[in-house]
Amino acid sequence: MSDKTMSAEEAVGRLRSGMTVGIGGWGSRRKPMALVRALLRTDVTDLTVVSYGGPDVGLLAAAGRIRKLVAAFATLDSIPLEPHFTAARQRGAFELEELDEAMFMWGLTAAAQRLPFLPVRAALGSDVMKVNPRLRTVTSPYDDGEEFVAVPALRLDAALVHLNRADIRGNAQYLGPDPYFDDLFCQAADTAYVSCEQIVDTADLLKDAAPQSLLIKRAFVTGVVETPGGAHFTSCTPDYDRDEPFQRAYAQSARDPEAWRAFTDRFLSGDEPAYQAAVTAFHEERT
Amino acid sequence: MSAPRTNTPPTNTPPTNAPAADAPTTNDATRAEYCVVACAEAWRDAGEILASPMGTVPTLGARLARLTFAPDLLLTDGEALLIGDTPALGAPPETVEGWLPYRQHLALVATGRRHVMMGASQIDRHGNQNISCIGDWARPTRQLLGVRGAPVNTLNNPTSYWVPKHSPRVFVEHVDMVSGVGYARAAEAGPSATRYHRIPEVISNLGVFDFDTPDRTMRLRSLHPGVTVEQVQEATGFALTVPAEVPYTRAPDADELRLIREVLDPGDLRAREVPA
Repeated sequence: MSDKTMSAEEAVGRLRSGMTVGIGGWGSRRKPMALVRALLRTDVTDLTVVSYGGPDVGLLAAAGRIRKLVAAFATLDSIPLEPHFTAARQRGAFELEELDEAMFMWGLTAAAQRLPFLPVRAALGSDVMKVNPRLRTVTSPYDDGEEFVAVPALRLDAALVHLNRADIRGNAQYLGPDPYFDDLFCQAADTAYVSCEQIVDTADLLKDAAPQSLLIKRAFVTGVVETPGGAHFTSCTPDYDRDEPFQRAYAQSARDPEAWRAFTDRFLSGDEPAYQAAVTAFHEERT
Repeated sequence: MSAPRTNTPPTNTPPTNAPAADAPTTNDATRAEYCVVACAEAWRDAGEILASPMGTVPTLGARLARLTFAPDLLLTDGEALLIGDTPALGAPPETVEGWLPYRQHLALVATGRRHVMMGASQIDRHGNQNISCIGDWARPTRQLLGVRGAPVNTLNNPTSYWVPKHSPRVFVEHVDMVSGVGYARAAEAGPSATRYHRIPEVISNLGVFDFDTPDRTMRLRSLHPGVTVEQVQEATGFALTVPAEVPYTRAPDADELRLIREVLDPGDLRAREVPA
């Protein structure tokens, strides 16, 4: 029985510059932030990032690690615009492959199913076709003869996701209301790293949860990282909600280079325990 | 209603066929409350489908519709749950009747059993909508949300729009990045694009608009009381079709006003989106 547990440093230590990396969660919800923070401490860059974008995209964009972004949006949910993403786009910091939310899902599905594309009724007539010259259409071979967009497979070198619980073999469980697309990210990737709030015995996974909460199967997992608070400051229900005051501070750090430097000095210059300690201090100062 | 004509010169003449004297005794309804009722009307006769409102006023509209004339609508809590009761904004539901995580929501769009009301940073006379970016897409002057689900929404289920602040910066001659597909673009793209394409309504703080014209361009359907045709034209950056007679938007009745004020929005969040 293989033990896939590793540290966040070991997990991101397997990433290389130039890779295509998928990041799970949605917006500012259950993002593998501890893995992203660990990634920021490496010199890995030139990444193609594939994400239903939130502060994962914002942090990597602000740090200049993204060569190309594949996304339908980037948002902080309670703050509609991701300010580091918008700033990076406005200075032309990276290439964007802008897809629709549904196209993105079918692109991941195609990759997981080892298909070159899947047909969708989307994007026709929109400027998504104009800004994505690689998109092709496909005509139904049946009598209807309808034309669809052939969404290309979004195959990934690596996937990073964060769930509530996992066992040491990589079976991973979500306990909140939405699985997002984390299983698809893992299936679409050559390697997948699952961080979690807590590693538990396999036998304990279903002690107080239904079998359908077992979202990710170990056959699709390369490494398991236990990192409590690993989605902070995004939500990880039911373990914790989004840290709204901290998210506001993060958003304000996009105002100017000075503010961003102060934020990184305070929160992102050390390791994960240092980050969590700085967050605790941040909240103590507010009370 | 007489045949529509375009480029109507601005006029100070108030609209005719205004509500008669027997209109409900609800003339203290605020502009925001008229907007809520106008949004609710978008889901009248929609049947057993998902109403997907985006923004405060559309959310109130969808909930009001379900509590009154569209009881079969499905509604979410804004996350992954279908709510069985119809609570106030921000309040948790007492009953959950279903599960709709993002993966199912995106797939449900293609079933057509949904009418979404999206926002629009820009919208043009053909109904093309933009929420992606302002300026040149390659390096925008202002990056916005991204296209989100607008391209798939507009080709698969009825898509209406809500604009809380009607201005020439929103109602533009040409949008910078077509996210939601309008009528002319859909027609150019062919039968697969037009098959399920429909933009029933655009609702703003000034009035209600539709595309019920021969060339499927935007038409003023009704004015909210207190708004003139001239005011709408000044706030619109393209030539709007204005029928010879423009009715006023229907007033909320007494029961609707009670539901909005006491049940759905006791905190008056609607006034933050549409100030009195």
